[in-house]
Amino acid sequence: MITIKNLSKRYGDKLAVNDLTFSVAPGEVLGFLGANGAGKSTTMRMIAGFISPSAGQVSVCGHDIEKAPVQAKSCMGYLPEGAPCYGEMTVGEFLDFVSDVRGLSGELRRQRRAVVIDRLGLAPVVDQVVETLSKGFRRRVGLAQALIHDPQVLILDEPTDGLDPNQKHEVRRLINELSKDKLVIVSTHILEEVHEVCTRAIIIANGRIVADETPTALEARSRYHHAVSLRFEKADELAAARREITLLAEVAAIESNERELRLTAIPKAGANVLSAVGAIIAKFDWDVPELHLESGRLDEVFRSLTEPSVGKGIEQSAAAEL
Amino acid sequence: MDKVLVVFRRELRSYFATPLAYVFIVIFLVLAAVFTFQVGGFLERNQADLQSFFRWHPWLYLVLIPAISMRLWAEERNSGSIELLMTFPITLWQAVAGKFLAAWCFAGIALALTFPVWITVNYLGSPDNGAIVAAYVGSFLMAGGFLSIGMCLSAATRNQVVAFITAALVGFIFLLAGFPLVLDFVRGVLPQAIVDAIASLSFFTHFDAISKGVIDLRDLTYFAALIGFWLAATALVLDMKKAE
Repeated sequence: MITIKNLSKRYGDKLAVNDLTFSVAPGEVLGFLGANGAGKSTTMRMIAGFISPSAGQVSVCGHDIEKAPVQAKSCMGYLPEGAPCYGEMTVGEFLDFVSDVRGLSGELRRQRRAVVIDRLGLAPVVDQVVETLSKGFRRRVGLAQALIHDPQVLILDEPTDGLDPNQKHEVRRLINELSKDKLVIVSTHILEEVHEVCTRAIIIANGRIVADETPTALEARSRYHHAVSLRFEKADELAAARREITLLAEVAAIESNERELRLTAIPKAGANVLSAVGAIIAKFDWDVPELHLESGRLDEVFRSLTEPSVGKGIEQSAAAEL
Repeated sequence: MDKVLVVFRRELRSYFATPLAYVFIVIFLVLAAVFTFQVGGFLERNQADLQSFFRWHPWLYLVLIPAISMRLWAEERNSGSIELLMTFPITLWQAVAGKFLAAWCFAGIALALTFPVWITVNYLGSPDNGAIVAAYVGSFLMAGGFLSIGMCLSAATRNQVVAFITAALVGFIFLLAGFPLVLDFVRGVLPQAIVDAIASLSFFTHFDAISKGVIDLRDLTYFAALIGFWLAATALVLDMKKAE
């Protein structure tokens, strides 16, 4: 359980984190989203106890991070941004060091070491010096370090940054496996990740929370929520469809891409475009090899929430939905 | 305490994981020998003592100890591993103490490896071995003093070169404070009490007595207080600017 109350961090006259309040329960995977410089890492560092808040409280597993830092840190695993490590040590030595620092001993220590090495596929590099490892392996060593004491709370700052798609997939799978009984906070700016691993997403901009919802609810804020996308084979059919679909009562707007022969029909609030569009395709007998219903575009929601200039459009469409 | 030991072991091992340890030890031993035999005229003096060996130690440490201390925190800061260390369930004090003791132990190893000069003097004559032990203790304490200064300055920066230069500079001031030349100069401007206070801050004043074989409680207290002060300053600096 993590409880955060009125958390703020001030650097000079700049407020990096501004009065955050939220709590996270076991079993939740919280995605912490925000543009670069929005205050993600600063918040994570305050939760992990690396930097002290200017105001407010952080409590981890019932321990206040300022008043009982050692107890709070004991129940937490933390992967800092960029997965720093002691480069001159071998992977095995480093894991042994972390086990010692975490006070693991005896059978449990051997077992945990074997588990993280197996889980993160570190067996081939155990005797290799960390400095000489690839970025993907280094990130995995960082994760192994955070997991070795089987913590109740995991704080991962951009765990998939700089990994190739296979490695990203591996890390996401790992987080999904872990999340059953643990509390995980993941910061990221990769939005596809949110859907794959998170049960809840918080978006921050300029140090403030601008959204705190499930990924599905976030998508529903998108103007593309329940929009229908079509791909045509022939350019003249696309042109005809543009004309016809615009006339539909359910359709609020149309976007088309002439090069790829794609067309997206954006619905009016609450309207069902799919059946209307389906009917019209049947009526004119167009050749449509692809048709799908969009659940919403997170990147658009993200931009509208974190960039005020983009925000106007979405607020209007959100208002229209209500 | 066992957490201090964990940090200590990792740190000490890291010295030997890179060529730094070996390069340092070789240079230290070569320089110590050059100063003792060439500059200090150990053989020409025809005296069965190690005065010509120990009197150069402050100058050796001035240049070489910052090479050990510069990496202590600057490297952690630069690689970001400080963020790991500070989020492990250990206190700031345990981290500071563990790292300092490792560096001090390493300096002790280098100092201990000068033992052939002790054997030499015993082979050539019959020196006062008690005085030599005392001088070794004094030298070790002085190394700790230099290290604690260097450690604090290393905590203030992420650049090891800056850490080296500032540590050498502050160390130089601590050495010079005991020189008659400096003391004569300030005596003209400042009252005697302050002149004495400045003199008593100097490594020289305290090391000189011990290196002649006199272990005075005041000198021991001086080094303990000096190291304590700089370690506390290190913890303070780290706490203030951990994330920078």
